[in-house]
Amino acid sequence: MNQQTATLSHATSSSRVGIAALVFVMGAFLVFGTGFASPQALHDAAHDARHAMSFPCH
Amino acid sequence: MLMRILAGGLIGGIAGGLVVGAIESVTTTPLILHAEQFEVKDVASAARILLVHSDAQGAAGEGGGLTRTLFTFLATVLVAVGYVWMLLAAMFFKGAEINARTVVPWAVAGFFAAGLAPAMGLAPELPGASAAALEARQVWWICTAVATAAGLAAIFFGRNVAWVIGGVVLIALPHVIGAPQPAAMESLVPAELAGEFAARSLVIQALVWIVPAVIAGYAISRMKPA
Repeated sequence: MNQQTATLSHATSSSRVGIAALVFVMGAFLVFGTGFASPQALHDAAHDARHAMSFPCH
Repeated sequence: MLMRILAGGLIGGIAGGLVVGAIESVTTTPLILHAEQFEVKDVASAARILLVHSDAQGAAGEGGGLTRTLFTFLATVLVAVGYVWMLLAAMFFKGAEINARTVVPWAVAGFFAAGLAPAMGLAPELPGASAAALEARQVWWICTAVATAAGLAAIFFGRNVAWVIGGVVLIALPHVIGAPQPAAMESLVPAELAGEFAARSLVIQALVWIVPAVIAGYAISRMKPA
């Protein structure tokens, strides 16, 4: 019984870490793509927003 | 839970990003447009700046700024969704309850890490202000945000005083090292304009953390557990 509970909570906590990591990376990807990525088209489109949110820009 | 976090973050990021985008269009964007008038007056760097800005201004020039405005809204929404996902991921990782009220201290911490701390070394700047090499500033900005977030986590969740001291050291470290600065402090933009912009930008950054997070927290608290 104890063993089963332990296994269950272990599975839950590892899926929690997995979900947290996945969502965190997705968020970081969006912020990086909008605020930092260097391709000219991305820079131009995001220009005013980059300045407004104080990401280093040109 | 994954779907609730993703959906809640999308709702908060899109709704909150649109609100902040609207505020930008009457606060920071007019100052950026104003500053660009000084920027292109400088003949020496006009060619480079025209090159850098030709697309943005070309698109803006013909469409009365509509394209440019839409892209600014879009970029703000994307950053808002990104920030709120990172924030929700951190809360979920810590097992914190997520609702409109509980997200606020996390959002404030996010603003400290990605807003106030980088602004200590790299003040929000208008086009035309002098600055060090872009890549060096980007690296310093990201390192400062990560170190400050880690430092805050150590202070709030650390088990003893050693963690608190370590957190304080982490937060201070990027400023001891110092942000990349330009060789000479010169700007084509009037100081009043630059000062006004820095203040408005910090308010925008606070809002882009707090508004989407509160909306997302509210949305998630109203969703039925999947």
